[in-house]
Formats: sequence, C-alpha cells, structure tokens
Amino acid sequence: MRRRPALWLPSMLAFGFAFLYLPILSMIGFSFNASRLVTVWDSVHSPTLKWYVALFQNRQIMDAAWLSVRIGLMNASAAMVLGTMAGFVLVRFGRFRGRGLLATLTTAPLVLPEIITGLSLLLLFVAMEQLIGWPARRGVATITIAHISFSVAYVAIIVRARLVGFDESLEEAALDLGARPAQVFRRITLPLISPALLSGWLLSFTLSWDDVVISQFVAGPGSSTLPMVIFSKVRLGVSPDVNALATLMVSLVAIGVVVSSLFLQHRERLRTQEMRMALAD
Amino acid sequence: MARLLPGRKVVTAVPLAWLLLFFLVPFLIVLKISFSEGILAMPPYAPMIEWTRDGVLSIKLHLANYRFLFTDALYVDAFLYSVKVAAISTALCLLIGYPMALGIARAPAARRSLLLMLVILPFWTSFLLRVYAWIGLLKDDGLINNLLIWLHLMSSPLHMVNTSFAVYVGIVYSYLPFMVLPLYSNLEKHDATLLEAAADLGAAPWKTFLRITWPLSIPGVMAGAMLVFIPAVGEYVIPTLLGSANQLMIGRVLSDEFFENRDWPVASAVAIVILLLLLVPIVIFQRYNRRELEGSG
Repeated sequence: MRRRPALWLPSMLAFGFAFLYLPILSMIGFSFNASRLVTVWDSVHSPTLKWYVALFQNRQIMDAAWLSVRIGLMNASAAMVLGTMAGFVLVRFGRFRGRGLLATLTTAPLVLPEIITGLSLLLLFVAMEQLIGWPARRGVATITIAHISFSVAYVAIIVRARLVGFDESLEEAALDLGARPAQVFRRITLPLISPALLSGWLLSFTLSWDDVVISQFVAGPGSSTLPMVIFSKVRLGVSPDVNALATLMVSLVAIGVVVSSLFLQHRERLRTQEMRMALAD
Repeated sequence: MARLLPGRKVVTAVPLAWLLLFFLVPFLIVLKISFSEGILAMPPYAPMIEWTRDGVLSIKLHLANYRFLFTDALYVDAFLYSVKVAAISTALCLLIGYPMALGIARAPAARRSLLLMLVILPFWTSFLLRVYAWIGLLKDDGLINNLLIWLHLMSSPLHMVNTSFAVYVGIVYSYLPFMVLPLYSNLEKHDATLLEAAADLGAAPWKTFLRITWPLSIPGVMAGAMLVFIPAVGEYVIPTLLGSANQLMIGRVLSDEFFENRDWPVASAVAIVILLLLLVPIVIFQRYNRRELEGSG
C-alpha cells in the first residue's frame, strides 16, 4: 500500500475540533473582559475578575447552584444503584419474562426528545397528586425523581457494556473456593465493574446538572435549578457573569474528566498487572 | 453465578418497577389526556372515563385535538420545519463527523484515546452554556461579524442570530459528538488488511472508501444519524435561544401550548404526534443499538 500520509483527514479533524472548542474558548476569554458589552474587548481595564466577583455575590445564582448540587448528588447515587441493577439483570439473568421490556425501557430515554419526557412526567405527578395526594408540591423531590428516571438508562448502558466484556471465570473460581454469592459480588464483581459505576455516577450527575427542559416541566415555584436560572437569564440577552460561570464550569469539568480518566487508566493498569501476576503464580 | 444470587426477583423488580412507573405509565397518561376535552379547571382537562348518574361507565374519546393539529397551519408548519431542520442538521453532522471519526480511527493508536477524549469533553460541559456561547459569536456585534468587518470582507454586519442558520449551527455543534462516537466505534473495528488488499489490487483510495469503508460503516452511520435526528426534531433550547420567533419548531409549540395557553390536551396530542413521527427512527436506532450491545457479548 502506498503510504502517502493523507493530509485531508487530519485537517478535517482540526476543523472539527476548532468548531467544537472555539465557542468555549471565546466564552472563557470574554469572562475576563471589563466591558459590559460582551463582545467588545476593553483593553484598558481587562483582564479583570469583576464578573467572577459579581457571580459569587449573585444570591439567585448561588442558591440555584446549591439546589442543583443537591439534586445532582441524590440523582447520581440513586441512578447508579438502580442502573447497575438493571444492567446486571440484563446481562446476567438470561432470558426471562419482562427482559425485552426492561431492555427497551433502559434505551428509550436515550432517544426520546426531552420535551416529551418532561411533559409526561409532569402529567404523571399531577395524576398522582389527584389519586394519592402526593406530591402535594412540586419541587426538589419531583425534579430528582425525573432526573433519576432518565439517568438510570445511561448507567444501565455503561454497566451493561462493562459486564459484556467480563471474565466470568473469576466469579466461578471464587464460588469454587467456597465464597458465598454475596461475598463474590462484593469482593469480585463490584470491584471489577467499579469503573463503570464511577463513570455512570459522573454522567448522571452531569446530566442532572445540565438539564433544563425536563426540570422546567416538573419544577414548582421557588425551586429553580441552575440551568433554569441561566436559561431565563440568557433568553433576555448575553450577560458577562454567565461567561464567568461558564468558565468555572468548563474548567471544573475538564479537571474532573482528566483526573478521573487518569485514575481509571491507572487502576486498569494495576488490575491487569495483578491478574498477570496471579496467573503467573 | 446469577442463579445463586439471593433476591434475584427483587434485583429485577426494583429497576423494572421504577422505569414502568416513571417512564411507561406517564406515556399512557399523555395518550389518555390527548383524547380528553380541554376545560377551564385544574387540571385543565375533562375526565375521559366517568360513571354517569345511572351507574353506566362512559368512555369519551375526544378526537378534536388531533383534528385541530392537522387543520391548523401553525402545527403543520412547525412539524414540517422541525423535520427539515433535523434532517439537514443530521446530514451536516455526518458530513463533518465522518471525516473526524475516520481521522481518529486512522490516527496512531497512542493518540486515539486523547482525540476521543477531546470529542467527549464538550459533551460533559453544560449544553446550555455551549449554545449560549454561539449567541456571543453570531450576534450583529458579535465576534464573527467584528472579525469580518475588521478584515474588510463585509461593510455591515451579517444578521445571523435569530435565523434558521443559527439554529442549524447550534444543532450541528451540540449533536456532533453523538455522530462521531458511534461512527468511531464502528470504524475502529474495520480490518485494515481489507484496505491494503484493495490498494495492492490497484484500487484508488476513493474507490476503496466507496467499496469497502463506507458499506462497512453503515451501521455506525445509522446509529449516529438516529442519535442526532431524533432529539433534534423535538429540540427546544437551541431554537428558543438562537432561532427566529416567526418560525417555531414543534418542541417550542408544545411548550407554549402547555405553559402559555394551558391547553394540556392539545399539548399531549402534539407529544403523541411527535412520538408517532419518531417511531420509525427510534425502532431503527434500537435495532442497531441492540446489535452493538449484544453482538460483542
């Protein structure tokens, strides 16, 4: 084969990445701009941190951020447990009645337009209120439930993919050596699928932290999450403190993703090493 | 091993019950309300199933909401516009995403995971803020217009924000990773010896692509296309922030119907029609997705 390095693929890649990152970079740049006009660079007074100060003094944004953190934590933890159960059942329990239904229900939220999920959950909550009197007020509880029900699907998919490429002989060996099934699950299965649990948890948190459409349907008065506040602010026009907020969020996520992927790579390497040593013995 | 696990029924029942209650039942409620009559009350719809005074169960199927949707030009236009926007955006995503996925799949193995992470990273950052960033770029006094005027390519600013163009940019930008990832996971599995054989036999690179790479990548193309098309049809945030108020996408119409007109039955009927419209793409996606998930196991 002629090994003439094709130039157009790398240049398309560069174009794609520029397209993906330029908007984010411009937002970061303008978050340090002194001018209130977001796109006019005030070279006399910039760079400045005044929008960051304004951001932290904005009670509405801070309250909303704290609410989003709380919902995100509850959502991620519950979705991790439920999603792991669903993923485990789908891969390990063979054929049973309801499997097809469960498989469909765990992939449906991935493709359904959010607007439909939001509407249907709100109508459910209204119907429940009429029937059993709960939830009497929509707010943190209803938003969390709504977030869990779409996050479960993502966790299930991640856990499922991990379990499919999983060496069951390790579990069988542990069972042969007399470990109880619960012990096997805790000591062998869980540590092996823990990277999937971690990424499922992180993804669920992010999805919840980012959701505006579904939250808007199921939230009540006085329970505005951070994306809801940003959305209503941004609808009215560009505002510089949102740039500062975006910069903080982007940097946090970038650090988080890099650290967690390094951590996962490290663990994976350790594990392969241990396996190799165990097999060599 | 699974057979020995205690509480097997519980482990199955809990997630299934959760998803049934909070995913399937809500759709049945939407379906029911779409056949109800709108009334001025809270909740604003008439009960469909009622015991009349003489103890007869009456079930009223109110079809007027659907008839209304198909006769009012606003809804028909919004549906057609949404499908058009979603289809063109999907094509553009494919046009940009395919070379990217191919570029990553053909990159040296050591660099691949970094490139892949660069595709995924924006996906982890706030979708809302990334769409918002485009307002700053596309505005009349935004970065792009300032640049064009500074370069003397343009004497007056190009009006880009609040147009269909901005909606396309926003959707392609937001959904590009959804196209690249399934494509990459398909392209990465291709057998390189096939390409070498074709080259040895004298095929030109474009011919090798058309005859080998493209046909083999169809499952990835389909999965990626559906992953972009389906949510794009019902997109709400992007057209609201970047689009024009004169041309609404159906997601916005649903939301306005619900929150502003408080017409829950019509909003529900809109949701059901969107779902019916998306049924075929969803089934296609499920098929390719299942093959992907279970084929390797």
